[in-house]
Amino acid sequence: MAVMSATIGTAACKCSCGSNAGKLVDDRFPKLDAIIAKYKGKPGALIPVLHEAQQLFGCLSEDVQDRVASGLGISPSEVYGVSTFYSFFTLRPRGKWKIGVCLGTACYVRGAAEVVEALKKELDIPVNGTTKDGRFTLEVVRCLGACGLAPVMMIGDDVHGRVRPEQIPEILKEYR
Amino acid sequence: MSSFYRAHVLVCAGAGCVSSGCKAVEQALRAEVAQQGLDGEVKIIQTGCVGSCDQGPVIVVYPEGTFYRKVRPDDVPEIVEEHLLKGRPVERLLYRDESSEPVVNLEDIGFFKRQRKIVLRNCGVINPEDITEYIARDGYEALGRVLTEMTPEEVIDIVKRSGLRGRGGAGFPTGVKWGFTAKAAGSPKYVVCNADEGDPGAFMDRSVLEGDPHSVIEAMAIAGYAIGSNQGYVYVRAEYPLAIERLSIAIKQAREYGLLGKDIFSTGFDFDLEIRVGAGAFVCGEETALIASIEGRRGMPHPKPPFPANEGLWGKPTLINNVETYANIPPIILNGPEWFAGIGTEKSKGTKVFALAGKINNTGLVEVPMGTTLREIIYEVGGGIPGGRRFKAAQTGGPSGGCIPAEHLDVPMEYDSLVKLGAMMGSGGLIVMDDHTCMVDMARFFLQFTQDESCGKCTPCREGTKVMLDILTRITEGKGREGDVELLEDLARTIKNTALCGLGQTAPNPVLSTIRYFRDEYEAHIREKRCPAGVCQALVKYEIIQDKCRRCGLCQKACPVGAIEEVVAPEEEPVAVGAGATGITGTAVTAGAAATAGAARTKRKPLAINQEKCLKCGVCMRECRFQAITRV
Amino acid sequence: MDTARAKPKVKLTIDGREVEIEQGATVLEAARKAGIDIPTLCYHPAVGPSGACRVCIVEVEGARTLVASCVYPVAEGMVVRTNTAAVRAARKTVVELLIAGHPQDCLSCERNGKCELQALARNLGIRKVRYNISDKEHREPDTSSPSIVRNPDKCVLCGRCVTVCRDIQGVGALSFAYRGRRTLVTPSFEHGLGEAKCTSCGQCSAVCPVGAIVEKDDTGVVWDALDDPEKHVVVQVAPAVRAALGEEFGMPAGTPVTGKIAQALHMLGFDAVFDTQFAADLTIMEEGHEFIERLNRRGVLPLVTSCSPGWIRYCEQFHPEFLDHISTCKSPQQMMGAVIKSYYAKIKGIDPSKIFSVSIMPCTAKKYEAKRPEMRTSSAPSQDVDAVLTTRELARMIRAAGIDFANLEDGEFDSPLGISSGAGTIFGVTGGVMEAALRSVYEILTKKTLGDVRFEAVRGFDGVRHATIDIAGTQVRVAVVHGLGNAGRFLAGTEDSPDRYHFVEIMACPGGCICGGGQPISLDPAVRQLRASVLYREDERKPIRKSHENVEVRRLYDTFLGQPGSELAHRLLHTAYGPDAARLAREDRAHSAAFGRQPMSAAGV
Ligand SMILES: Cc1cc2nc3c(=O)[nH]c(=O)nc-3n(C[C@H](O)[C@H](O)[C@H](O)COP(=O)(O)O)c2cc1C
Ligand code: SF4
Ligand code: SF4
Ligand code: SF4
Ligand code: SF4
Ligand code: SF4
Ligand code: SF4
Ligand code: SF4
Ligand code: SF4
Ligand code: FES
Ligand code: FES
Ligand code: FES
Repeated sequence: MAVMSATIGTAACKCSCGSNAGKLVDDRFPKLDAIIAKYKGKPGALIPVLHEAQQLFGCLSEDVQDRVASGLGISPSEVYGVSTFYSFFTLRPRGKWKIGVCLGTACYVRGAAEVVEALKKELDIPVNGTTKDGRFTLEVVRCLGACGLAPVMMIGDDVHGRVRPEQIPEILKEYR
Repeated sequence: MSSFYRAHVLVCAGAGCVSSGCKAVEQALRAEVAQQGLDGEVKIIQTGCVGSCDQGPVIVVYPEGTFYRKVRPDDVPEIVEEHLLKGRPVERLLYRDESSEPVVNLEDIGFFKRQRKIVLRNCGVINPEDITEYIARDGYEALGRVLTEMTPEEVIDIVKRSGLRGRGGAGFPTGVKWGFTAKAAGSPKYVVCNADEGDPGAFMDRSVLEGDPHSVIEAMAIAGYAIGSNQGYVYVRAEYPLAIERLSIAIKQAREYGLLGKDIFSTGFDFDLEIRVGAGAFVCGEETALIASIEGRRGMPHPKPPFPANEGLWGKPTLINNVETYANIPPIILNGPEWFAGIGTEKSKGTKVFALAGKINNTGLVEVPMGTTLREIIYEVGGGIPGGRRFKAAQTGGPSGGCIPAEHLDVPMEYDSLVKLGAMMGSGGLIVMDDHTCMVDMARFFLQFTQDESCGKCTPCREGTKVMLDILTRITEGKGREGDVELLEDLARTIKNTALCGLGQTAPNPVLSTIRYFRDEYEAHIREKRCPAGVCQALVKYEIIQDKCRRCGLCQKACPVGAIEEVVAPEEEPVAVGAGATGITGTAVTAGAAATAGAARTKRKPLAINQEKCLKCGVCMRECRFQAITRV
Repeated sequence: MDTARAKPKVKLTIDGREVEIEQGATVLEAARKAGIDIPTLCYHPAVGPSGACRVCIVEVEGARTLVASCVYPVAEGMVVRTNTAAVRAARKTVVELLIAGHPQDCLSCERNGKCELQALARNLGIRKVRYNISDKEHREPDTSSPSIVRNPDKCVLCGRCVTVCRDIQGVGALSFAYRGRRTLVTPSFEHGLGEAKCTSCGQCSAVCPVGAIVEKDDTGVVWDALDDPEKHVVVQVAPAVRAALGEEFGMPAGTPVTGKIAQALHMLGFDAVFDTQFAADLTIMEEGHEFIERLNRRGVLPLVTSCSPGWIRYCEQFHPEFLDHISTCKSPQQMMGAVIKSYYAKIKGIDPSKIFSVSIMPCTAKKYEAKRPEMRTSSAPSQDVDAVLTTRELARMIRAAGIDFANLEDGEFDSPLGISSGAGTIFGVTGGVMEAALRSVYEILTKKTLGDVRFEAVRGFDGVRHATIDIAGTQVRVAVVHGLGNAGRFLAGTEDSPDRYHFVEIMACPGGCICGGGQPISLDPAVRQLRASVLYREDERKPIRKSHENVEVRRLYDTFLGQPGSELAHRLLHTAYGPDAARLAREDRAHSAAFGRQPMSAAGV
């Protein structure tokens, strides 16, 4: 086991989620090790570790998941099973701005589906796609708890309420 | 401490108001108050959701209780100048009721008048990040009493006698559940708060955690004492960062005050809490899936029995209750079970918080006694349907629930009457739909939701809801077949009867209830290939009513795909106007005749919508100032 | 298992019949006890229930919905109905839904005729599938493993393989990924099993109810070899095969078919039909010798057996720190392979490169083992064993050839490599290698003859069994472990400490090779016992019960190898292990010398 983690330790993250990609030693891996060490031995550690790892790396690439698996002593397939089960975890790097359109009931009855269509068209990407310039990723979320302002979408941490499809180009301008 | 201040300005910092920009308002307020030298006299407090989120940003000024709505940062100097210095309310920022009269006082606004706040007693009133404010409103007194004056059995007995039922959906009697968990063999035991709030359209749990987190902490400690547990977990969904932050602050403060941790109130009772953040899976609201998720596994439900009360977290007896359920506990302890049981109906005691959303004037959170009728909630609290449109149905219970049509507007909102109508209380999401809502499309929407959120473990839910979804989709696309409704009903029954967990067992409900009340809409889609509400895109058409059209050209400019084209007059280009060839509809052709008159009037050629190009986005209809575009 | 405390009993009524059963039992168990069969799909007695498929639903009075009988616990006074119109209709719908999303390729499916889904459709009388699921994601079969092929399109998501691999084998190569309709059983990041940490044990294929995990089919190359007049095609048969092959032909479990196998193999056209049990005796000679050496010279102890390639691969991947303990002896299959292409080729005067060596094994891991680069010790340019067929594949060949197996006359194995002792026979069952070794080690060390050759303490099916045997004054402590999950726990020392022992037998498959990943598929928990009894009975009937008394083995030493542990024996019959040698090998076969070992292929004879 010790031998294994040492070899992974010097491996560069193969994903393109951050500026460190390609460097031989990614200084985020020692940080990941520290996260793992913080939770190791605590019951139910996997999901909190994945949350923090995603925050650190932007996404959960194979290297990251393998490291979490060996660090916590669980099989990589189990980590993969968990990371693919929950929609909050992403295996691929996302755009600079994550657009999350609420398709909860309140938003749906107030026309959120049309907002999604307008965004798809404006950005020329499907849902879960990322624009070629890497600026936007379009996602659909379920209820942000701001139903009073339906339809609601989030860009990064900004919440936009009462969105009408024709406003989309205007709203996106701020983020281009 | 608060008595030193002449006025308190409560700035709502709930999720709704944050997204409408309350932070900027608060900053402006602080700056202005400081500038006017009022720091010592006026206290600015950030609160949780006041309830009327669509009016945000909302501020309330006490002692008067003046309710200001849609406040913008540049309104702030006027509020400070007029209200705080001169004592005159700023009329233009007041709420106006149906009579258009400005209403000064919060208590006089219809939206608040009918409400009775137990769960939301502190929301919008106290600063959730300051434990002293909670304590000042009798906070932790219930825990103190329980620990010093009562045995665990007495606590459970009080909860039983209060008649409180679980607010997470199923309405299981809370005291009975506590009793089971207390009796279960095994240790340690755990107390879990289900704050996953998956029902899209419900946000009361979020508001409680953001606006009054200590009430949940206190209740969980009481539960811990009652069942014999020293460790609790709050499972919050990741979509609620503000709730997580406020709850963490609250837990930290409670520990500092010795209200969590070792030897609480020097009684020897230990209790502590940990937050677990979900990761985006609706099914994790189901209790056995929630347990799997806390344990770090895929959120796949486990067959019951064994119930969590006997074998829960890490195989140990575990009590799981919803946020709102817990928030009821301290008042029950303080005011007694009889007080609580005196509110509501025979079998549904206390109040219920509803999240009013959809096609309704006042959206937001409302807390009313159980048994309040749907009509009262929609028209008296909710202010009716916007645009004077007709109420069509209300969906309760989210994707597991059903719809209540207009003929049942007078149903008392309580567990059992709703079940009788084929709906259910669920978590209290109340989505109002008007006649622009297609019920087949709604059923399809909910099934899409459950299909996306199914964990995939059991066959009926994984495969069956997919088959149902396919059928509904084809109906909304105008490809429905005779017999589809029966096929849906048959599958729905089997899925309900055979699925492993509540998700699958309730997933067909929206379909069954829309079939029950709106069968004719299904039939219109299937037999006439028509969507009566004009929603299903494949079945609707936008058309220009030539008689109303002024040929202003706005719609043409707005159309994203250039589908609005000039009609070439038949005398000029007789061949081109064949309806089939250009896709221009019959209406447009008949309009051709009228066009001559119009052309004389405006010198512009008549317009028509090329149905082959049209995306059915509806933009043109919204843009037209003359209501000259219809959806058929 | 051995808890004597009897659980309280409860009485319930199933379809009007009263049943009494222990508390904690499931409704399904109670029904089966009462002779009422309830159809199942995800439940497997050896794997346990999960409640996923919902095929086993029944009506329980008072329950809100139908309940899954495989997970529903019995209760006093419970009233169950298993055969109402509602239950039948619901079951039918559930199975129809499964079929709707399933590629209906039965005619060309490995599991055709032996498929649980097919059987359900047949038994429930499904004549029309009312549903159609159009947009099912298609995935290519995973053929990256040398041992098994996964076809995710056919997977019904019962979860048996996941549970077996993770909980019983302690490997966790497979997991569920994604959710809802996208749910997929897969190694991490959807890599092939060949790239995952998988031991090739094949237990997943043995429990899969459908054709979603099957053994890699190597019958094609064997048919080709048989049809090639240039080739001298030799076959060996492992002990466990004779304990189970009959099941493939409708014979009751526990029917010995040793003679019929020899006959069938001759009929198929093999030029020589040998018995792996011969090599098992040879293994005991070498391993016994190694044990005595380590015992006398204070070498690394405990010595752990090496005849299970599933176990070897597990140890290399998960416990490389323990590799020094493993005997350097090759498995019987590989010893036989090496002997065939050296000794046999020599005495028959056949050019080893003309020999095509086939083995019939209960085991999928043996397919992988035969391909290991170090398993090429003869002078032939090929691997020592050219093709490995599982019991199931042999059955297919026999059927294809039109041989009426159940009614065959008994045939004989050919000499000289067809002679074996009873010790070689019991290799196929957990504890057998240990017992065989003890018979020889005892007699060699004490120079006395054993009165009773049976070592009852190491028999049975408890996960870990141990015994202490007085051999010439030394208290020799031995342990027998089967199932990789048990092995993992044993090595981790959580329940026991490996250091306490001198000699340990570890078998990858629960039950040993009789329940290997390539054996006939069975849902009957009793087969294990029945198959074991075939081997123990055959042992009893053998005139020779101890490996060192096998005359042909002796002749092999006398005329060819010299002594056990000789230089030549080492070159041919021993090997070495490395942390994940196989993976390295796959990545770069040409650099096999890089393992820090002597390139074995140079050791020509
Ligand atoms: C699919 C599904 C989703 C659920 N989601 C929630 C939820 O988000 N919040 C909640 O409190 N209960 C939810 N429940 C109900 C819980 O399983 C459980 O009954 C509840 O938390 C018990 O608390 P209570 O007795 O206080 O209501 C859900 C149930 C199902 C079947
Ligand atoms: S009903 Fe749906 S969510 Fe529940 S276990 Fe079955 S597949 Fe999973
Ligand atoms: S509905 Fe949209 S696409 Fe169609 S004509 Fe109007 S604006 Fe153009
Ligand atoms: S916007 Fe309305 S009035 Fe103007 S051209 Fe279009 S349909 Fe006619
Ligand atoms: S797995 Fe079974 S049902 Fe599926 S194709 Fe093969 S034999 Fe037919
Ligand atoms: S069972 Fe029917 S379909 Fe299948 S091969 Fe025979 S005749 Fe053809
Ligand atoms: S062969 Fe064995 S180790 Fe590999 S996946 Fe199957 S059960 Fe797991
Ligand atoms: S591969 Fe086979 S055993 Fe594994 S889940 Fe699929 S059907 Fe079940
Ligand atoms: S126990 Fe037998 S069948 Fe299983 S892997 Fe080992 S040798 Fe193969
Ligand atoms: S439904 Fe969109 S925010 Fe709640
Ligand atoms: S968030 Fe401010 S009123 Fe609801
Ligand atoms: S056999 Fe019982 S649910 Fe599958």
